Amino acid sequence: MNPILEIQQLTHTYSAGTPFQRTAVEGVDLSVMPGECVGIIGHTGSGKSTLIQHFNGLLKPTSGHVLVDGRDIWAKGSDIRAVRFRVGLVFQYPEYQLFEETVAQDIAFGPKNMGLAADEVARRVRDASAVVGLDESLLSQSPFALSGGQKRRAAIAGVMAMEPDVLVLDEPSAGLDPRGRQEMMAMLGRYRQQRGATVILVSHSMEEIAANVDRVIVMNQSKVFMDGAPREVFSHVAELEAVGLDVPQSARIAALLRDRGLAVGEDVYTVAALARRLLALKGGGGVC
Amino acid sequence: MLKDITLGQFFPGDTFLHRLDPRIKLVCVVLYIVALFNANSPLTYGIMFLALAVAVILSGVPLRSLTRGLKAVYIIVLFTAVMNLFFTPGTAVGATWLGRHITAEGIRAAVAMVLRIVMLITGTFLLTYTTSPISLTDALESLLRPLKKLRFPVHELAMMMSIALRFIPTLIEETDKIISAQKARGADFESGSLLRRARALVPILVPLFISAFRRADELATAMECRCYHGGQGRTALHVLRCRAVDWAVLFLCALLPAAVITLKTLGL
Ligand SMILES: Nc1ncnc2c1ncn2[C@@H]1O[C@H](COP(=O)(O)OP(=O)(O)OP(=O)(O)O)[C@@H](O)[C@H]1O
Ligand SMILES: [Mg+2]
Repeated sequence: MNPILEIQQLTHTYSAGTPFQRTAVEGVDLSVMPGECVGIIGHTGSGKSTLIQHFNGLLKPTSGHVLVDGRDIWAKGSDIRAVRFRVGLVFQYPEYQLFEETVAQDIAFGPKNMGLAADEVARRVRDASAVVGLDESLLSQSPFALSGGQKRRAAIAGVMAMEPDVLVLDEPSAGLDPRGRQEMMAMLGRYRQQRGATVILVSHSMEEIAANVDRVIVMNQSKVFMDGAPREVFSHVAELEAVGLDVPQSARIAALLRDRGLAVGEDVYTVAALARRLLALKGGGGVC
Repeated sequence: MLKDITLGQFFPGDTFLHRLDPRIKLVCVVLYIVALFNANSPLTYGIMFLALAVAVILSGVPLRSLTRGLKAVYIIVLFTAVMNLFFTPGTAVGATWLGRHITAEGIRAAVAMVLRIVMLITGTFLLTYTTSPISLTDALESLLRPLKKLRFPVHELAMMMSIALRFIPTLIEETDKIISAQKARGADFESGSLLRRARALVPILVPLFISAFRRADELATAMECRCYHGGQGRTALHVLRCRAVDWAVLFLCALLPAAVITLKTLGL
């Protein structure tokens, strides 16, 4: 299988040539396979948002290449708008970008820009709002009349309605309560399942990453610091803490127990897995 | 990106010009401009150039930033030069354009105008380059204080100015972000008829206005929470004080228009 998205030696410098020059991403190599679910974590200012804005050509690399389906998106004759329909990007706090009179019209903005027929646009609006769990009755309301959580759903539906094969989200669950976070992850899971899509999400929550993705990329000071399966990444507790990142609490407890000689494997990094393992160690039995 | 416009940007530093009292700097720039507009001969322009060169050296501005700042206005400079070349009446010496000739007086006027504009912009650029917007408004408030006697709302004006200056970069950043977000949804701002392009601005302007109002609202609440009630009895954290150097600089700057006007009346 060929990677759907490939990043080669990507470097991005903001305000190059001014006193405010700053390199936000440096020498990053990545390749993402179709259907993968990738989590990107890293300290504030480590370059996560800058990196993902290269995936759909919103930012142009200072040097390096971005390949979608094996084709350089900045090559001559490449259609950058077509790339944006294939790689959907949801910004942080997407609810601040709503502008239409009704929720349905706002969700339809993307599909309409694709030049689709009216009935196809309508179908996509319905499907996308079903995926994010927006009630039909809300579709005819003004987006500004929705609650914060509903606004965010509407905004994400606006990108999902373009039915991108790669969905990239910048901190989709920032500022949501635990329940909202769970629902957000469920939403992304539904989209991924229905379309067989690739999902890439930036998050600050280790627990969220641990429980939902099958590959973790750790960014530190503009570079990729680690890249691998969660069990692999979260077993490097000391290294992660050295660069100022937490590991999931359950991974830390597992590591402490491991140090004390308990048979808790490195694949235990979620709450559920830890509970299962501890119960097994206690000698079977149900939840107390 | 919108952000990379450098004209009028403050750059933090600790040079002689950075440390100068902002009020003195403001008055000096005014004196400099008065002198500049009175300069009319090679000698007077030479003096002005010398004064400017000293200030540039004292400010530590890299020449690259300076030329970048000037790049933004080169069209105006070019336009002025062409207009002067062709539309100054006098003896024809060169090429014809639209039935007009380049005149000897035109060449003189064009050179003078270009010098004047470039030196004017460089001078004011130095002011904003070495003075933070906050000190600039503080200086303005302090200089305008006498107008308070005439019931002119000096403090309110200064407060509005500093809020506006504070939020310009924020709003620019926000605009950049909204543009990117709508582009990610396939918005197209570059093609189509004028009407189409104007309509394409709606997805940017609506969120931008909403966010500006939200920010204004939040700022007002934050100010009220900190008991802001206007300028009555308000003191400053950084009290502006003129040192001996500041007065000396002011004196030297005051010599500038004096010298230029004297030379002008002497016909030199
Ligand atoms: N538009 C911009 N212009 C100039 N510098 C920028 C811009 N956007 C980001 N930067 C700088 O680039 C660096 C990386 O920023 P980026 O937003 O990619 O970090 P991040 O990892 O997403 O951080 P966070 O977790 O806080 O969202 C930061 O130091 C930031 O100051
Ligand atoms: Mg970010």
